[in-house]
Amino acid sequence: MQNNDIEKQLQEQVKDAAAAGEPLRIRGGDSRAFLGRAVVAPRMLDTRDHSGIVLYEPSELAITVRGGTPLRALIDALAAEHQELPFEPPSFGDESTIGGAVASGLAGPRRPWNGAVRDALLGVKLVNGKGEVLQFGGQVMKNVAGYDLSRPMAGAHGTLGLLLEVSLKLKPLPPASVTLVREEEKHAALETMRRLYQRPGNLSGVAWIDGLLHLRLEGYPEAIEARAAELGGERLDDADGFWRSLNDQTHPFFSGDKPLWRLVVKPASGDIDPPGEELIDWIGGQRWIRSDEIPLALRRLAASHGGHATRFRGATEIDSPFHPLEPGLMALHRNLKRALDPQGLFNPGRMYEGL
Amino acid sequence: MQPDRTPATIPADARRRFLNALRRALPEGALLTEAEELHPYECDGLSAYRQVPMAVALPDTLAQLQQVVRICHHHDIPVVARGAGTGLSGGAYPLEDGIILSLARFNRILDIDPANRLATVEPGVRNLAISEAAEPYGLYYAPDPSSQIACSIGGNVAENSGGVHCLKYGLTVNNVRQVKIVTADGELVTLGAETFDGPGYDLLALINGSEGMLGIIVEITVLLRPRAARTTVLLAPFDDIARAGDAVAAIIAAGVVPAGLEMMDKLTLEAAEAFVHAGYPTDAEALLICELDGSDIDVDAETVAVKKILHDAGASDIRVADDAAERARFWAGRKAAFPAVGRIAPDYYCMDGTIPRRHLGKVLERIGQLSGQYGLTVGNVFHAGDGNLHPLILFDANQPGELEKAERFGGDILEACIEVGGTITGEHGVGIEKLDQMCSQFDSAELTQFHAVKAAFDPKGILNPGKGVPTLHRCAEFGMMHVHHGELPFPELPRF
Ligand SMILES: Cc1cc2nc3c(=O)[nH]c(=O)nc-3n(C[C@H](O)[C@H](O)[C@H](O)COP(=O)(O)OP(=O)(O)OC[C@H]3O[C@@H](n4cnc5c(N)ncnc54)[C@H](O)[C@@H]3O)c2cc1C
Repeated sequence: MQNNDIEKQLQEQVKDAAAAGEPLRIRGGDSRAFLGRAVVAPRMLDTRDHSGIVLYEPSELAITVRGGTPLRALIDALAAEHQELPFEPPSFGDESTIGGAVASGLAGPRRPWNGAVRDALLGVKLVNGKGEVLQFGGQVMKNVAGYDLSRPMAGAHGTLGLLLEVSLKLKPLPPASVTLVREEEKHAALETMRRLYQRPGNLSGVAWIDGLLHLRLEGYPEAIEARAAELGGERLDDADGFWRSLNDQTHPFFSGDKPLWRLVVKPASGDIDPPGEELIDWIGGQRWIRSDEIPLALRRLAASHGGHATRFRGATEIDSPFHPLEPGLMALHRNLKRALDPQGLFNPGRMYEGL
Repeated sequence: MQPDRTPATIPADARRRFLNALRRALPEGALLTEAEELHPYECDGLSAYRQVPMAVALPDTLAQLQQVVRICHHHDIPVVARGAGTGLSGGAYPLEDGIILSLARFNRILDIDPANRLATVEPGVRNLAISEAAEPYGLYYAPDPSSQIACSIGGNVAENSGGVHCLKYGLTVNNVRQVKIVTADGELVTLGAETFDGPGYDLLALINGSEGMLGIIVEITVLLRPRAARTTVLLAPFDDIARAGDAVAAIIAAGVVPAGLEMMDKLTLEAAEAFVHAGYPTDAEALLICELDGSDIDVDAETVAVKKILHDAGASDIRVADDAAERARFWAGRKAAFPAVGRIAPDYYCMDGTIPRRHLGKVLERIGQLSGQYGLTVGNVFHAGDGNLHPLILFDANQPGELEKAERFGGDILEACIEVGGTITGEHGVGIEKLDQMCSQFDSAELTQFHAVKAAFDPKGILNPGKGVPTLHRCAEFGMMHVHHGELPFPELPRF
């Protein structure tokens, strides 16, 4: 892994942009550039030369790493110590950086059991819109000094500040892992998910696609053998390949041009009867849908199950791919954006108009 | 220790108009203004500091509450939210020119949704009451502060409280899915969602730990968890506290994440034993309590692994509790540690620093030195697994100067935590108590950023003003004695 500190240069770039009043598009690997609204900005800031591990003590189950560090290299470095990122971030291509992974706030199949990006985010060092380097949180597990300005960076798509460093909570790699596949039609699979959500025990992935329910079990070998015997099903040979294809969207379900929607709903919502092909992940809590249906219909569908809808990929023009916010909530978003980035320098409009 | 602000002088007629407006907005008996009625609200768990508020409002409905906030907003009167008043940092300490907004009457459990493992409750519901309501479904709410029989869930969110099971199951922020807040101008806004994530910025994370300074929390949806099939508690005595610390690091490094991993030193374990007779070995220098949960096979495997680690680290006589009664007994001493210490000294002052686990030995040694220096005894109980220390400083408030001495001692402990990369508060919050130490942990740009965030939510500054984040002025005064990141803090500010 490259160890390269260009904090001062990055800070200067932000200061220059602030002085000129010219917004910046922040890019890491640009692997997630498709997500969100197009950013039109006169300047670009590339984080990839700001990389490497700042502090890693495996016994603390925490790491501090520079924003431009390649995700792949980070995952390998952790694996060498038998550890991993709890939120199992997707890599869309080889270029993903950890800064981008945190900023986009996307978590993989183990989300229901091991938490979202924000749950692992213990601290950040960032540059705000005034060009100041600020540090919030740290490597410790518990910290309530001052407002929590770390976690809101997860999923803010870089609009609240430039992430120089992130401190993340880690988890040990499971001693063993098995994926079972059972033939189940959608209704039966949703019923199984509903039941399993009530029961603890070694699950770390439950997804349904094309009449097949996939159950990933992790833990001590004896424990998962016992649980596998209880649950039944065929063992999947290339289990890692399957979960990765789901997470990184290389599975055939994700190919083609039809718009891809991500609906997050209450896990026990049952069959939401979507207007298109469906892949169910997160034990029922995340539904991927391929559909040409108008955005409003999908937004209403998600909302009727307590959730929200994002148009993840797809060509049609749209206000924002993200779910619209209530006016009161939007007002708080605008105020917070202004508090951190008064001139609106960072990734203007990436999430919503005016943010 | 006082809020970082100058109270306003309110002319008598303005005050009368304000109170009349409140009286019209509230039902009979829901506005307290008489001295004897105000008395119980004078302080929270930081009871050395007391102040009578102008009034106490006890709304019963959301509409009433919104109206109260609007009236305060209109009249520029500070609002201090109060749950159960068990906070330890003066978060609910009243302001003389402000009102206490009590959430005590918002004590209804609105919904238990076992299929989605969610409970929706009002902010005044007690922490433990949620688990009790979920019990029939085999579910519970994981964060369990020691004060859980008394503290409110609204207060838990406002402080981002922890408990002995946070090592495995997370803090309040990791277990809350959605909250509804009333903003400073009285609007109702929903943050987060009942699903695995919500749209937009994670304002839910921001409201956790915001100490009543960004909004009034009026409804909370929490995640429930299924009870583990089996739970085991191990009790491991050590004859050397540093070795107990090493055992903690070794357990975590081995890839085991216990449900709880707590440590008590000799003073606290003796006090606890004398108080609740938990069966602790009083000849030990330190005691580790380790809880493991999961399926039978998981717990068996982890028990073997942990026992070996404890043994190798020098634990002498490890005991394992499998049945509920013995487990409860093992825990009883730890959970009663504060009151137990309260019995052996006229007063105690509870600190709350967090450090990277590997510095445990170093920081404990420093606390020992400081104890000698100040001539005050200190007991140590802590959430060892997540490095959260609770040194209890024993003193006698009736001896002139002892309270101030205990506070200075406490301040020095927090500085020691910052020096090793830790924080001045793991779970009790800043309130009025740690305003000075905030100046050490953050520089002026960071503090200014906090003030900007506060203004984004509360432009008039009526929600719990003067708490949580110090003014740069205060830091400049305090900073004369302190050095941040090796530099003189606030070089741009004048020195007095
Ligand atoms: C014996 C004892 C043991 C304790 N053990 C622990 C422990 O293990 N872990 C731990 O984390 N804490 C512990 N505490 C501290 C305390 O119990 C927690 O901070 C608790 O969350 C406070 O809840 P409360 O309802 O009493 O809040 P209060 O003290 O009433 O208020 C605390 C803060 O929250 C704000 N607030 C309260 N309700 C609302 C609301 N609805 N909306 C907005 N703001 C609000 C107040 O303004 C104040 O700033 C302990 C305290 C005691 C006395």
